[in-house]
Amino acid sequence: MKTKTSECDIVVVGVGGQGVILISSIIGKAALKAGLPIRSAETHGMAQRGGSVINHLRIGCVFGPMVPAGGADILLALEPAEALRYAHYLSKDGVALVNTNPVLPSTVTTGQSRYPSLEEILAPLQRICRDVKTVDATKLAVKAGNPQTMNVVMLGVLSKYIPLREEMLIESLIESVPAKFIEVNRRAFELGKSEMKAQT
Amino acid sequence: MAREYLLGNAAIARGILEAGASVVTSYPGTPASEIVETLAPLAEKYDLHVEWSVNEKAALEVAIGASWTGTRAAAVMKHVGLNVAADPFMTLAYTGVRGGLVVITSDDPFCHSSQNEQDSRRYAQFACIPCLDPADPQEARDMTIYAFELSEELELPVLLRPTTRVSHARADVDVGEIKKTRAKSEFLKNPVRWVALPAHARPRHSVLLEKQDEIKASLEKSPWNRLVLRGELGVIASGISGLYAEEAVKQLDADISILRIGTFPPPDSLCSEFIRHVSKVMVIEELEPVLEEYVERAAREHNPDLDILGKRTGHIPREGELDSRIARNAIANMADLPLVESPSLREAVEILPRRPPALCPGCGHRAAYYAMREAFGKDAIFPSDIGCYTLAVDMGTIDTCLCMGASITLASGIRFSGEERDICCSIGDSTFLHTGLPGLLNAAYNRARITIAILDNSTTAMTGHQPHPGTGVTASGDKTKAVSLASLAKALGADFVEIVDPYDLYATIETFKRARDYQGLSVVIAKQVCVINERRAGIRRKPFMVNENCTGCRECIEFGCPAIEFEEDRARINSLCTGCGVCAQICPSEAIEVVK
Ligand code: SF4
Ligand code: SF4
Repeated sequence: MKTKTSECDIVVVGVGGQGVILISSIIGKAALKAGLPIRSAETHGMAQRGGSVINHLRIGCVFGPMVPAGGADILLALEPAEALRYAHYLSKDGVALVNTNPVLPSTVTTGQSRYPSLEEILAPLQRICRDVKTVDATKLAVKAGNPQTMNVVMLGVLSKYIPLREEMLIESLIESVPAKFIEVNRRAFELGKSEMKAQT
Repeated sequence: MAREYLLGNAAIARGILEAGASVVTSYPGTPASEIVETLAPLAEKYDLHVEWSVNEKAALEVAIGASWTGTRAAAVMKHVGLNVAADPFMTLAYTGVRGGLVVITSDDPFCHSSQNEQDSRRYAQFACIPCLDPADPQEARDMTIYAFELSEELELPVLLRPTTRVSHARADVDVGEIKKTRAKSEFLKNPVRWVALPAHARPRHSVLLEKQDEIKASLEKSPWNRLVLRGELGVIASGISGLYAEEAVKQLDADISILRIGTFPPPDSLCSEFIRHVSKVMVIEELEPVLEEYVERAAREHNPDLDILGKRTGHIPREGELDSRIARNAIANMADLPLVESPSLREAVEILPRRPPALCPGCGHRAAYYAMREAFGKDAIFPSDIGCYTLAVDMGTIDTCLCMGASITLASGIRFSGEERDICCSIGDSTFLHTGLPGLLNAAYNRARITIAILDNSTTAMTGHQPHPGTGVTASGDKTKAVSLASLAKALGADFVEIVDPYDLYATIETFKRARDYQGLSVVIAKQVCVINERRAGIRRKPFMVNENCTGCRECIEFGCPAIEFEEDRARINSLCTGCGVCAQICPSEAIEVVK
């Protein structure tokens, strides 16, 4: 058995422009508040133009910033196809948290490729890890008042799975968004969190 | 001391501030851009000169000028930028510096956002100057401060070489005070030092060679190389690979000695102690076998029987980036411990559509390329360049991409070879100002009959929308003279220069046709502000929709805007539409109209 070298390894995946970097940075700042060492790796540059994006977060870790394949405790996916693309990062004991609302890539809109059904995406995920939770986070974000807060809904979903107290996440959320968007983001966070409560 | 959650590049910026540098120069390039982006807004507060230079050669030379007056300076660039700055860089090692001068090049193993994955440690070896290889954001900040001190102590430039996974890592970083007092600057005339005539350069070369022992002695005392002696199996690793190795050894719970290297040249005494202690060693480093070659040489002297594993033996790849799993399996392999399998999912390969990055909905580049293809035809030759527009590679109007500014010169060479087809090359505004200018002058002077399309979105978009000399704004946001691309093109010798708005599709096609038929060098400037900047400026256009006239001919789909989808025999425009209106001009059935 491996010796644990990180308290909690998370990969956050999605499409360039969905706000992957923002929620990674909120989690990181919360870890700093909690006094835990944190290492993370971000995707900048080319892939941010609508490409596939992955951020690594290692809470309670002092080594390299990238989660090893097969080692993630949590896969947080802002887009279903991207969940499958990076599923090999999940450990057998890991949990996948997936927003079910797809963003179609140009290869699909132009008719070169087909976008798989949700069942096709989730079946292999369910096979390889301990648990898969699905949420229509885009819908909840609209309910919160702004579809752009989908990433924060997913942060709410994540909140009960990570070794960080909720107050710290919220404090760091408030510091990370412009003042006039604090309320809508807090609603988004709450909706994500209560959705998880309802499912368990 | 305070602790902050910092991006590696922000940690380097912090180090620059804490070291009290006064001049910081750079040309944007992933993965280095955020260093100057962090500093630019602080320029006034800390009395810094921070600039986006027109290219890396200019950036380094400006920094050198500052250093020669005794102030501290940094020149920042991505790895391939150092190729552009290589000319001053190599001779700078002869002349040396006065104020500490740190050259920062961020390498990009795996080419995440680059055209190659060259290893800048080789440049430091080539120039005979010290190189620091940070493992994480904390070390990046600490080494930056040390690099200025070392540079002044040795009177040599120092190369700081983070990689993507250091520059774009984020971690908790301990930071210190920011120095407010800056060195007084005065240029002291000293032709023997600052005038690299042959008669002066020869003795300066000897000085540089004599300094090599001094470099080693200084680095030897530095805290960046760490030795832990355990069993007779050993790992020696440089930069971020040292962290991968430490994690791997901890996970394997094995009795393995580790030497982590953060400086080049590596420290002789620590290395010889390690090499004598172990019987077998795995050398772990990304890209070139710089450390491995050193270990091979040192082993000849200190332990000729040492079994050296690494790139030469095929245990560590020489291309791409490493991670803790690669390090773990390499070490497990050496120690006869079980390997971990690389998990892969069949379905991820079989059923997932590719998601390549693409031009944004409404991007003017897409319209310009569409018009270019209509005017020139698919058979024409389309050399291109480096920027967002290279993402249009599927449109068939990008036949080459080599390095910054090469589109115009490659196009000229293709013409001079005797190739008779039409040639239209494309280059972005920032790239044109970076190294396109001499190419255009060369084409005009040598009478290349080509068309040059300058795709002008009034920003350096791909690297994060930095300003450039055509924008009229400096790095720190001050107003400055905005140069006109059209006047430049004319001054450099182009007689045919026309400006078009690519959103006006048919006018653009007609302009490209005239340029194509022009008997000489023609320049078309397709000018349309980057949609991201337009959105940030609060400019909104009405979106478009597909009406019942749609026949499902797919002409608009072929255009490739991500806002247009095809659903059950008909086109549909989704919420990403920015209202550029180009697809409406393409549709042959008047089926696309503004949402009322
Ligand atoms: S070009 Fe016009 S007719 Fe053809 S698919 Fe598009 S909307 Fe329909
Ligand atoms: S108007 Fe047409 S081409 Fe322009 S952004 Fe909208 S859908 Fe895309």
